[in-house]
Amino acid sequence: MRAITRKPHASVLCGRPENVSSFIESDAIFGPDTRLVYKHYATLYFVFVFDSSENELAMLDLIQVFVETLDKCFKNVCELDIVFNFNKMHTILDEIVLGGQVSETSSDQVIKAVDEIIKMERSSNSLTLGPKTGSGRQGR
Amino acid sequence: MGSQGGWGQSKEFLDLVKSIGEARSKSEEDRIILHEIETLKRRITEPDIPKRKMKEYIIRLVYVEMLGHDASFGYIHAVKMTHDDSLLLKRTGYLAVTLFLNEDHDLIILIVNTIQKDLKSDNFLMVCAALTAVCKLINEETIPAVLPQVVELLGHQKESVRKKAIMALHRFYQRSPSSVSHLVSNFRKLCDNDPGVMGATLCPLFDLITIDVSSYKDLVISFVSILKQVAERRLPKGYDYHQMPAPFIQIRLLKILALLGSGDKQASEQMYTVLGDIFRKCESSSNIGNAVLYECICCVSSIYSNPKLLNAAAEVTSRFLKSESHNLKYMGIDALGRLIRINPDIAEEHQLAVIDCLEDPDDTLKRKTFELLYKMTKSTNVEVIVDRMIDYMISISDNHYKTEIASRCVELAEQFAPSNQWFIQTMNKVFEHAGDLVNAKVAHNLMRLIAEGFGEEDESADSQLRSSAVESYLRIIGEPKLPSLFLQVICWVLGEYGTADGKFFAPYITGKLCDVGEAHSNDDTVKAYVVTAISKICAFEIAAGRKVELLPECQSLIDELSASHSTDLQQRAYELQAVLGLDAPAVESIMPSDASCEDIEVDKSLSFLNSFVQQSLERGARPYIPEDERSGMLNISNFRGQDQLEASTHALRFEAYELPKPPMATRTTPIMPTPSTDLVTVSDLSYPKEIPQAAPLPSIPDIVPTALGLKLRLDGVQKKWGRPTYSSPTPSSSTSASQKTVNGVQHHDGFETVSSQARDISYDSRRQKVEVSAEKQRLAASLFGGTSSKTEKKQLSTHKGTARGSPANIEKARPSTETTASSESAAEKAVPLPPQPPPDLLDLGEPTPGSTPLIDPFKQLEGLLGPTEGSSSISSDATVAAKPPDLMALFADTPSTGLSGNVITSDIYAADVKSRLPTTVNRNSHNGGTAVTHTTLVKKGPNPQDSLEKDSVARQMGVIPSGNNPNLFRDLLG
Repeated sequence: MRAITRKPHASVLCGRPENVSSFIESDAIFGPDTRLVYKHYATLYFVFVFDSSENELAMLDLIQVFVETLDKCFKNVCELDIVFNFNKMHTILDEIVLGGQVSETSSDQVIKAVDEIIKMERSSNSLTLGPKTGSGRQGR
Repeated sequence: MGSQGGWGQSKEFLDLVKSIGEARSKSEEDRIILHEIETLKRRITEPDIPKRKMKEYIIRLVYVEMLGHDASFGYIHAVKMTHDDSLLLKRTGYLAVTLFLNEDHDLIILIVNTIQKDLKSDNFLMVCAALTAVCKLINEETIPAVLPQVVELLGHQKESVRKKAIMALHRFYQRSPSSVSHLVSNFRKLCDNDPGVMGATLCPLFDLITIDVSSYKDLVISFVSILKQVAERRLPKGYDYHQMPAPFIQIRLLKILALLGSGDKQASEQMYTVLGDIFRKCESSSNIGNAVLYECICCVSSIYSNPKLLNAAAEVTSRFLKSESHNLKYMGIDALGRLIRINPDIAEEHQLAVIDCLEDPDDTLKRKTFELLYKMTKSTNVEVIVDRMIDYMISISDNHYKTEIASRCVELAEQFAPSNQWFIQTMNKVFEHAGDLVNAKVAHNLMRLIAEGFGEEDESADSQLRSSAVESYLRIIGEPKLPSLFLQVICWVLGEYGTADGKFFAPYITGKLCDVGEAHSNDDTVKAYVVTAISKICAFEIAAGRKVELLPECQSLIDELSASHSTDLQQRAYELQAVLGLDAPAVESIMPSDASCEDIEVDKSLSFLNSFVQQSLERGARPYIPEDERSGMLNISNFRGQDQLEASTHALRFEAYELPKPPMATRTTPIMPTPSTDLVTVSDLSYPKEIPQAAPLPSIPDIVPTALGLKLRLDGVQKKWGRPTYSSPTPSSSTSASQKTVNGVQHHDGFETVSSQARDISYDSRRQKVEVSAEKQRLAASLFGGTSSKTEKKQLSTHKGTARGSPANIEKARPSTETTASSESAAEKAVPLPPQPPPDLLDLGEPTPGSTPLIDPFKQLEGLLGPTEGSSSISSDATVAAKPPDLMALFADTPSTGLSGNVITSDIYAADVKSRLPTTVNRNSHNGGTAVTHTTLVKKGPNPQDSLEKDSVARQMGVIPSGNNPNLFRDLLG
């Protein structure tokens, strides 16, 4: 099972110097047999917490998959995108991790699924809510 | 400005986010959020809110909750939103609900109906949204409500729906295995055309196989063929990641294969080819490539070993260790830990890399390395490793890890201690720095070891051990801030053995003890130990015919305690005073010296009181009515009655409340069912009266006062710690027995001098930081030296092995004694059973000291192992002597099986569910393979067989000295 935290776990991560491994054994925080992998891009920290049924290096790459997908969906993702559109970020995350398990690892597949959802949402939007001012501003 | 306007948030929301982003302090942020909560509370209840507006409110609620505030007032609105027909609103509702509610929340029941409806929707995206919510919200109770629909969706035409349905079923399985047990066979169908769905199926399969390996052996061929196809890039390009073909699926498959191949030669043989292929093809330049390689190593170290693959694994491991990246080093250390279980020689090559990691500033890496060291601890390197661990333990402040490392230190010390002196010193250090964190059992073990020493053979060594313990404790005792548990041990040992060797005088020790009592005036347990220790010392003095005069501070302490609020302390203080008033013979029978290990016979029927009872009856006292005959009456008479009372409190009771329990109840003395049923007299029978009564009465058998006195003494101690684990005497006595044999055997070899020398050297080397490489090499030698030690040491480790084997034998004897023990009264709990090490073990130990044994102890070891007989030879075959003909046979066999899956190209995942292999996988090979299973799966620890095997393998490995650094060994061995 895997819980996923999005905010930097201040006490644990901020104390870590540069150039150390990205893994932390975190039984003290999350209970026995948990570890934590983090990766940060500029000011954004991505933290995955998982147990021994996963491979640390692979999780590091799963973060990469997640970020790549975010990047493609948001066209150059930045902090603000995630702050303002965290529901979209959840949509993406739900495609990758479901019920505490990695369900999809192909960035292409995730994007395909998310695009379908957005398209459908838009059409349902226009049907039920009428034309919406904001929808045209999607993207840059 | 990015795309934050994407879904048309209002200016209000933008301003909210902005102001929070600009908040300078947490309190400012809180103020903003509280204000926002007020706004939302007001707005959300307004009538006729446009849906789009409502959606934004919900999003803002999530935001509020995300920042750690309570938004529960809005939950119901989120639930309502899930009912909406619009996908956008529905998804927002589901998202908010999944974030707000945990699976036991009351509102869940309101969503189940919606979920049921959505699962039947024509729009697959609706279905997906519902399935996502199912995974997060459905609890054990609501599983049946949605289960049929989820199962139906397994056959949905959209792969994304199938995939999510599988995940949902997996989730159900995790929540409540029984709810979906009839559906488990669905997971076995690997044949889905979509790789995503197939990859998702691997998740539940992994869990299922972890629990029950044997019923999935028939899938080995399918898994192998899928892995082969993945590795050969037969999957759609979309699954490639950094030029690797579907690495995540590969990793998952490798994990499953590791489970299936573990200890199963036949299954493992089918995997060799594909594993070899992956080792060869996988590029180590990318992170994900290394992830796959690491998983391969895990797999190779788990399955029935193959020398060629092991070599490949070792090669990759050394590449990891030599890497600059800390992540790879971490994985390398982990991989090394797995490989050395199969072949300890591998570690030798990487000594310096491991030591580098140990000294690395990266804490994660350091801990991982300690884990590795813990796994490779042997009697030859235990001192260096435990020293290192303790140093590290002292340096960290993280209590959680401190506890863990302390318990590891204790475990290693108990298991491999080269000498008792060392053991006690190590324990002192652990207690001093982590005393409040270690288990109380550890303290009891330590006391027991000091009390029992090494057994009958060597009485002088025992007393030497005790006096050295006393000496070290007297030195330490004055230090401030000693942990309570450690002080308890100190007090007990000082009380029991402080004056035993005549080196220290009673007043000196009692003075020290008083200081402790005063310094820890708010720790009742320590004070209790102090008083008991003082009374023991006084008793020994009196018994020896010396006059005892309490020091003034001692007297004042006792006076203070006599008026203590704690009845226990009061009682002890009165006991002490009572002891002081007795004459030598009486005292000696109450508190015989060094009798903590003596068996105490308890006359449970209290037959010695019969005459007293008779007299009372004759004088007209009412006869005793047994408890069960006076139901409803007050029964405070004895301990068991109390338990029953407690048990019965759950039922309705009609009788009046009983009188308050007298303080007597806390005492563990079995209060004799006195002839008079008058309760008041029972509670009045306080202890000081009892002693003078008991001692001068000549009619009472000798054993009674002894029993009484000792009982009281031990009980107080035991009561404080009264853990269920400790209450039965057998577990602790068995450990101590094993301890004893360990140490008893060890002691003859004059090993103490060697060990102390070795320790000195390691200390020295740490001080001299100038010659880093030399120091490192030395450390390496002392850590990894076990593999190339001399015959002397090997003998030692053999005895180690036999000694460690003994718990198993004792354990066998345990259940029978345990049942009787538990039925006995509480007073007996602390009484140690006389340790009974099996005679054959002792026989093995005896002839060995100093000389080469005539019989090969290793042979005998194998005999001892029993069921795994011959396993060591098998494992060594696999690891040391690579038999070329065998190997060729292995590889010759595999292609045929590997190809079988290959032929089918139209339907990639057409899995041969009906494996051509008979499912009864060759029992013989299975048996032979258990050795490997043991060494890989079972965690190191109390399992004596495991450590035995490890040791035997280590010994076999170590027969040939490596010659890498013989000089260093000469240093170490003196």
